[in-house]
Amino acid sequence: MSTVAFAIIAILTLSAALAAATLPKLMHAALSFAVMFVGISAFFFLLGAEFVGLVQIFVYIGAVAVLIVFTILLTRHDQEKMRGFKWSGVVVAIAVFAGLVWTITKTTSLSIVPPTAKALTVKQIGDALMISYVWPLLCVAVLLTAALIGALILVVEDKPQ
Amino acid sequence: MTLSILLIVSAALFSIGLLAALSRRHAIFILIGIEMMLAAANINFIAFWRFAPQPAQPTGVMVAIFAIAIAAAEAAVGLAMVIAVYRHFRTTNVDQLNQLKG
Repeated sequence: MSTVAFAIIAILTLSAALAAATLPKLMHAALSFAVMFVGISAFFFLLGAEFVGLVQIFVYIGAVAVLIVFTILLTRHDQEKMRGFKWSGVVVAIAVFAGLVWTITKTTSLSIVPPTAKALTVKQIGDALMISYVWPLLCVAVLLTAALIGALILVVEDKPQ
Repeated sequence: MTLSILLIVSAALFSIGLLAALSRRHAIFILIGIEMMLAAANINFIAFWRFAPQPAQPTGVMVAIFAIAIAAAEAAVGLAMVIAVYRHFRTTNVDQLNQLKG
């Protein structure tokens, strides 16, 4: 975990997130959103959670970003008059950030370096998923099925009676 | 690189997501902001797992994987709702969706 790589990834992720939050054009914001998730996956790789980083790339850049782009293309007709921006949200966000940073810097037990540990293998993750976490896994499977059916029902065209 | 630096980066990401969810008037931007906040929570899970005394237990990784799956389901249903609302009201501006306002 080198400091230089961490700084580069942090700057990339935060600037892409800021671009995704403030760019006026929806399509540019969606692409910055994808870049931000590349940065977050790089964080996961840096922290030794390679499997989570790969899952993040597959799920977010492969599925969610494409879904957002499709939704933008399907609802694009009044894009130009969407420039409204509420400045009170900026105040709230800065206040939350200041509070979190104050809390983190005041907590002395957080300034630790990571212990050296063996890398977590995919076999270990699979064992844990299939033995200790099998009920949560099944619940997530049911949840994903329900979400898929619900999304289909929401977007299906109403038939005229 | 200590744990607090990672937590500050994740707090910044959370605040940017909050900014997007509160300030923008477009429904898709609000969903993007919510996804950003969930990703910041995932960074926290992975960071606390990595800095724990025993990172051999894959607990934080498991929570992050389940959080990613739930966030994906939430994004799919949310975007389907955006499309349904757009079909019904011909707008995705959340300020114009005030039919329930008293």
